[in-house]
Amino acid sequence: MAERVLVKGTEAIGEAAVRAGCRLFFGYPITPQNELPEYMSKRMPEVGGSFLQTESEVATINMVYGAACTGRRVMTSTSSPGFSLMQEGVSYMAGAELPAVLVNVVRGGPGLGDIQPAQGDYWQATKGGGHGDYKLIVLAPSTLQEAVDLIGLAFDLADEYRNPVIVLADGVIGQIMEPVTFPEFRDPDTLPKHDSWALQGAVGREKHVVTSFDIDPVVLEKMNFELVDKFERIESKEKRWEEYKLDDADVVITSFGTIGRISKSVVEKAREEGIKVGLFRPITLWPFPYERLEEIVKGKKLVLDVEMNMGQMLEDVKLAVKDNAPIAFYKRMGGMVPTPEEILNALKMELGR
Amino acid sequence: MAMQIIQKKPESLTDKEFTYCPGCTHGITHRLVAEVLDELGIREKTVTVGPVGCSVFAYQFFNTDATVAAHGRAPAVATGIKRARPDLCVFTYQGDGDLAAIGTAEIMHAANRGEKITTIFINNAIYGMTGGQMAPTTLLGMKTTTTPYGRNSNNDGYPIHVSEIIKETKGVAYLARVKVNTPQDVQKAKKAIKKAFLAQLKGIGFGMVEVLSTCPTNWGLDPVAALKWLDEHMVPEYPLGVFVDKVGDEQ
Amino acid sequence: MPKVKGMIEINQERCKGCGLCISVCPTKVIEFSDSFNSKGYHPAEAKAMDKCIACSFCYHICPDVCITVYREIESA
Repeated sequence: MAERVLVKGTEAIGEAAVRAGCRLFFGYPITPQNELPEYMSKRMPEVGGSFLQTESEVATINMVYGAACTGRRVMTSTSSPGFSLMQEGVSYMAGAELPAVLVNVVRGGPGLGDIQPAQGDYWQATKGGGHGDYKLIVLAPSTLQEAVDLIGLAFDLADEYRNPVIVLADGVIGQIMEPVTFPEFRDPDTLPKHDSWALQGAVGREKHVVTSFDIDPVVLEKMNFELVDKFERIESKEKRWEEYKLDDADVVITSFGTIGRISKSVVEKAREEGIKVGLFRPITLWPFPYERLEEIVKGKKLVLDVEMNMGQMLEDVKLAVKDNAPIAFYKRMGGMVPTPEEILNALKMELGR
Repeated sequence: MAMQIIQKKPESLTDKEFTYCPGCTHGITHRLVAEVLDELGIREKTVTVGPVGCSVFAYQFFNTDATVAAHGRAPAVATGIKRARPDLCVFTYQGDGDLAAIGTAEIMHAANRGEKITTIFINNAIYGMTGGQMAPTTLLGMKTTTTPYGRNSNNDGYPIHVSEIIKETKGVAYLARVKVNTPQDVQKAKKAIKKAFLAQLKGIGFGMVEVLSTCPTNWGLDPVAALKWLDEHMVPEYPLGVFVDKVGDEQ
Repeated sequence: MPKVKGMIEINQERCKGCGLCISVCPTKVIEFSDSFNSKGYHPAEAKAMDKCIACSFCYHICPDVCITVYREIESA
């Protein structure tokens, strides 16, 4: 039985990646995620991997593209402005169907914003982000243990679907310390080799080409349709969420990541006051669990969506809830993290209590 | 008496016909790279990183594993491949818009890191694929579709000398500027390209060859006149030479 | 002095008729063909093959890798 250890968020994510078989890390300093590349710079040489501090996030994502071309497990991490810079390369990777894990420790925006926790990159992460038709699998942890588990899952999903996967965290997840149990080290021999397409040298076989490019619209449309088929497969198989005390709930809070964690306290506090509140927390932000949320909210008095942004997941919540229940929204922005008490107050206001 | 083949299309090229305009010397440099891959026996361990620009189809022409980088990012993509698989030979093939404008950061830092990759840099003083706009390497006074009155340093700055800048970075193991407008120069260019690959294969550092090349279509010249124009106008601005050679002559 | 005897083969379908080989041939072996290839170019044609000295200049300057060069060798 693996032991529980007390670790900091960014280090937990790094160690989880190492144990998942990641041996390549490229990154550029940006707050609040610097401890992750720092950890990897120490850890990669220890496990025979390669760490490189790059000249920019633009270079970073293209190095990730190159490393992913070889079929090896590769990761980068950044924070919001850096992730904006990476969008060009992310689009190319989605088009070229390259597996990689991208960690975005989201901070306040837009623009330079600040360095405090925020969730303003939801749209960028879940709706594409760069140019062209594509989707990224987006995983949003709310605890360190979940972050550790989702990193392993992220690599597996990236390999299975040949698609970049985002782990969307924020400064809270990055900075807190919590006890976690790490998985065992993944046996490198069990990792997917991607021999059928990866660039490994055309030894005794036809050359492999990895590209997002085709000048012929007939061929490119075929590529597009194949991507759409893949995204539909992901949508049908990979939706994940957590349900917390929903069975007898009159009110459903919807929230993700750090707010999902805070919302559990809200559920407890509300129940102490006799208000039956439950939590629906999407873990995959894309694919979003629309069907399950729709089912859950039927007959409820209220759906309260809480986010640290102007209402980005709210659009997906509305698509799911339809007219099955009234929807209210509570937000903080700019790097401000709401307390359970203020969320509870907002909830009571909505209920007229 | 029997006839023996002394020159033919190298194995490291596919049969795909080049998509370049008639007389464009891109094709000569493609062939030289392929000849070098053949001679070094490394086709099966080489990965081509193509650019965006006229040579965006390079991935189809070289008979190696290949990818296409975003505009200017080929050295970063090559770095990622090389870091993942140091046993492979990785080269980028980039034009002057790709390498000397949008990709300046990536080429500079790949060179400075001494990244063990090889870069073939085509300098023809113009953006070809997009229709003959000013390149960072466009000569002063030269008319392009975005410098209809001629490149004016006051507005457009000066022709950029990439090799002269990069030669100052410590990671460079081989760096030369060559031209491919006469049969003799073509053979000299091949020697330089071979050394730029040897710089990588021997693990010494970054290797690059800047190739002065023609663009008859966008220069508005017939192919033969373009060869002459290169000597008369480009060579005075971009003198030929070996800037760095840590590879040595013993091959 | 014995003259080296050479021969070239031109892949006329691949040729784009740029004329660079014609411009560098020291013995004027090559001219434009009077006919068209399927791309619509007048390709290069070795009209005076007897003058070929296997110098390979045409091969070196050809941007489309259309030319194969042969040299006659003494056989026992």
